[in-house]
Amino acid sequence: MSQHHHPTRGEGKARAALATLFLSIFFLILPALAARAMEIQSVTSSKGVTAWLVEDYSVPVVAIRFVFGGGSTQDPPGKEGLANLMTGLFDEGAGSLDSEAFQIRLDDAGAEMSFEETRDGVYGSMRMLAEQRDEAFDLLRLAVNEPRFDQAPIDRIRAQILSGIIANENDPDTVAQNRWTRAIYGDHPYSRSDQGTRQSIAAITQDDLKALHKAVFARGGLHVAVVGAIDAETLKKKLDTVFGDLPQNQALAPVADIEPKLAQRVEVNYDLPQTSLQLAWPGVKRKAADFFPTVLMNEILGGGTFTSRLFQEVREKRGLAYSVNSSLVNQDHANALIVSTGTRSDRAAETLGIVRDVVKRLAEEGPTEAELAATKKYLIGAYAINNLDSSSSIAATLVELQLDDLGIDYMQRRAGYINAVTLDQVKAAARKLLSAEPTIMVVGPPLAAAGKG
Amino acid sequence: MTQRAEWLRMALLATSLAFTMAGPVLADGPVLPNTVPAEFKVTDFLLDNGMEVVVIPDHRAPIVTHMVWYKIGSADEPPGKSGIAHFFEHLMFKATTNHAAGEFDRAVSDIGGSNNAFTSYDYTAFHETVAPSALELMMSFEADRMRNLVLTDDVIKTERDVILEERRSRIDNNPQAVLDEEVDATLWQNQPYRIPVIGWMQEMEQLNRTDVVAFYNKYYRPNNAVLIVAGDVEPDTVKALAEKTYGKVARGPDLPPRVRPVEPEQNTKRTVTLSDARVSVPSFSTEWVVPSYHTAKSGEGEALDLLAEILGGGNRSRLYQALVVQQGIASSAGAYFQGTMLDDTNFTVYGVPRGDAKLADVEAAVDAEVARIASDGVTSDELEKAKDRYVRSMIFARDKQDSMANIYGSTLATGGNVQDVQQWPDRIRRVTADEVKAVAARYLVLARSTTGYLVPQQQAGN
Repeated sequence: MSQHHHPTRGEGKARAALATLFLSIFFLILPALAARAMEIQSVTSSKGVTAWLVEDYSVPVVAIRFVFGGGSTQDPPGKEGLANLMTGLFDEGAGSLDSEAFQIRLDDAGAEMSFEETRDGVYGSMRMLAEQRDEAFDLLRLAVNEPRFDQAPIDRIRAQILSGIIANENDPDTVAQNRWTRAIYGDHPYSRSDQGTRQSIAAITQDDLKALHKAVFARGGLHVAVVGAIDAETLKKKLDTVFGDLPQNQALAPVADIEPKLAQRVEVNYDLPQTSLQLAWPGVKRKAADFFPTVLMNEILGGGTFTSRLFQEVREKRGLAYSVNSSLVNQDHANALIVSTGTRSDRAAETLGIVRDVVKRLAEEGPTEAELAATKKYLIGAYAINNLDSSSSIAATLVELQLDDLGIDYMQRRAGYINAVTLDQVKAAARKLLSAEPTIMVVGPPLAAAGKG
Repeated sequence: MTQRAEWLRMALLATSLAFTMAGPVLADGPVLPNTVPAEFKVTDFLLDNGMEVVVIPDHRAPIVTHMVWYKIGSADEPPGKSGIAHFFEHLMFKATTNHAAGEFDRAVSDIGGSNNAFTSYDYTAFHETVAPSALELMMSFEADRMRNLVLTDDVIKTERDVILEERRSRIDNNPQAVLDEEVDATLWQNQPYRIPVIGWMQEMEQLNRTDVVAFYNKYYRPNNAVLIVAGDVEPDTVKALAEKTYGKVARGPDLPPRVRPVEPEQNTKRTVTLSDARVSVPSFSTEWVVPSYHTAKSGEGEALDLLAEILGGGNRSRLYQALVVQQGIASSAGAYFQGTMLDDTNFTVYGVPRGDAKLADVEAAVDAEVARIASDGVTSDELEKAKDRYVRSMIFARDKQDSMANIYGSTLATGGNVQDVQQWPDRIRRVTADEVKAVAARYLVLARSTTGYLVPQQQAGN
């Protein structure tokens, strides 16, 4: 429960926020051993739109995913929630089709279309049957280029979002996450709710939506990936159809980089049977030289396996929690290492002490050679299973690789980067990040009431 | 075990529609754009010790999904021992006489694989995803823990604390989950689905070594298990490896048929209300007891799936269009049917008001749509589009190996067989509008329903 969402990407716990719960649960299969099995083509249309393509005819399906840089950080002050509202409106009327007509055509085309935003981007996805791809791509062209933003759908989708905002006003996790982002990001745009507030979404107009669409939906900020039953020549035509007539340049408001503010204590007191603990340490930039040493360090601390130190010490040996993990958050303008767990309230102080001891020991002593070797093997092998388990997830992964500017041959190089990491590098990464005094949030009864603080 | 296991259970239950409709093997569906190539042919056979095996070839990538499904879920638990099926799922990750605790997990993570498990009302499943070369290793670990767990009091006590924490996290910290649990206990007055999969707190606290050893010896036997292998393997290879590993495990005593108490006739409209300070927007759901695929007369399960899709399956459904789009009184409204269950199951409608609309307005509007579909039935256009959506989703499901493994596993663990999965698309195609109307009229009777209300604290007593 209450997996706190940090829009992020890259390695580590990438896309925890975007991915459906389903994907993260069932992480399974597919074009595994990506490096060996999967051929990625770079396809550029005559109008100059580029996409990465994995051609695969074993299932008669085509998946496309794309992103325009600039997400909810682009919401103007006082209009928070604008990007989020916009993503709810792309299947609510486009071109000559009103909401009703558009949705009927989409259903008849046998296609599924979705849009969502993060702090840093507006994402679109479509999954279609190969036989009906012409109709599907045509509807996508309309949605991307000519969304209508009619007043009736604006009011309806806004009312749905408002209902969600009100519904969460007394929810401890939501209240806590709002306190958390304000504490660590201050007045930076990352501190704002991407859904907005009652007041801010009420202030959004049709003109605001049109202006944001115009500023963000331009080819300069676009990355596209396509997987499935389509060849390069056909795709080139479709790329021109969907994206070829967009303006060249985005008009984005600049966003400053920010270091999460550490060494704070945030108490969100509710009388709950289970207390949530969340701790933040400094993170690492995706492009930093010690990125992979840090990824390995995080994995050893509390990553995705049942063998991590936090899992062993907090859950396996002591039964203090069901869920305990650490993750690296990589956003465009901020990075952090986050540990979270939920533990019975009368032993929350004890659990917090154990988490801090585990972190301190890793900071001071680093991992063992054996832990590092096992974790390298895990991270190398798990990539395909975690990131490439269906056409849609392959497309999502390829978009993130483009955003991070890692190169089309990244999957072949990745194992080499991991294998090259030394024990000393991981020790240095642990010392550097985990020696800091973290920001700690407690959601539950006051810890003092539980005895030792 | 695992942090994700119970989430999976929730996801499976919450999406059982998607689940049933994700029938992978499309032999000759009338409107399908293609047929399934021969290399996707599903094979099934029995080992000498009674273990069922299903092999689902998928050669797109060098990966296999290996799953063992035990035909034991929370609804099979002895009285007073609620939660033991799920607790035992956790204990399966402990030491055996041949392997230290954590050795299996390390073997999986060393090759970059993933492993996990989940428990539901009717089954408990364990799964690993690995390269084909590691399939035999996975089978040998999985066969080992079928019989050789070392269950000490220390191990049991610590892991029991974990499941208590899991319960606090999933249920006790969440007012919607607390309400759902008590709505289930009200809808089901006799059938074991009234008891939560995670268990009641006071019974979980008492689960002990004697209980779990008896449970293990009774149910964790090859003749109570289904092996599903999906991926880049040949059936002959799977058969040889299965005989070499699982085949060495002795057959257990025959288990009695899974005959559980069933519901008496319901003659009342029942309501359950939870008011909670954490709730700001009220909501409701109304449920009925209906047949599952396993208990239904021929065709009723398929008709109920189509009814759920037309009434409340998505944003083209009647409830969404009427309440959210046209009347503008709800932020969400819909319906679902959980068909892949061993015993009778539930059909649910729900709604959440928005703006100035009252919960009672939304409930009345949902009730009106239910009454209308029961009295007037569905149009042929609605029916054909709903069928198309199911067929389409089956093609999309073939894109994900684990979807197929889960469809076969859950079907076989709830009284179905391989043919039931393969012929499902054809059966969906054959459902008539009259049959959809008939199940709506027969089962969705408001005077015999169970409704749960989640309301803000100040509305208590309303």
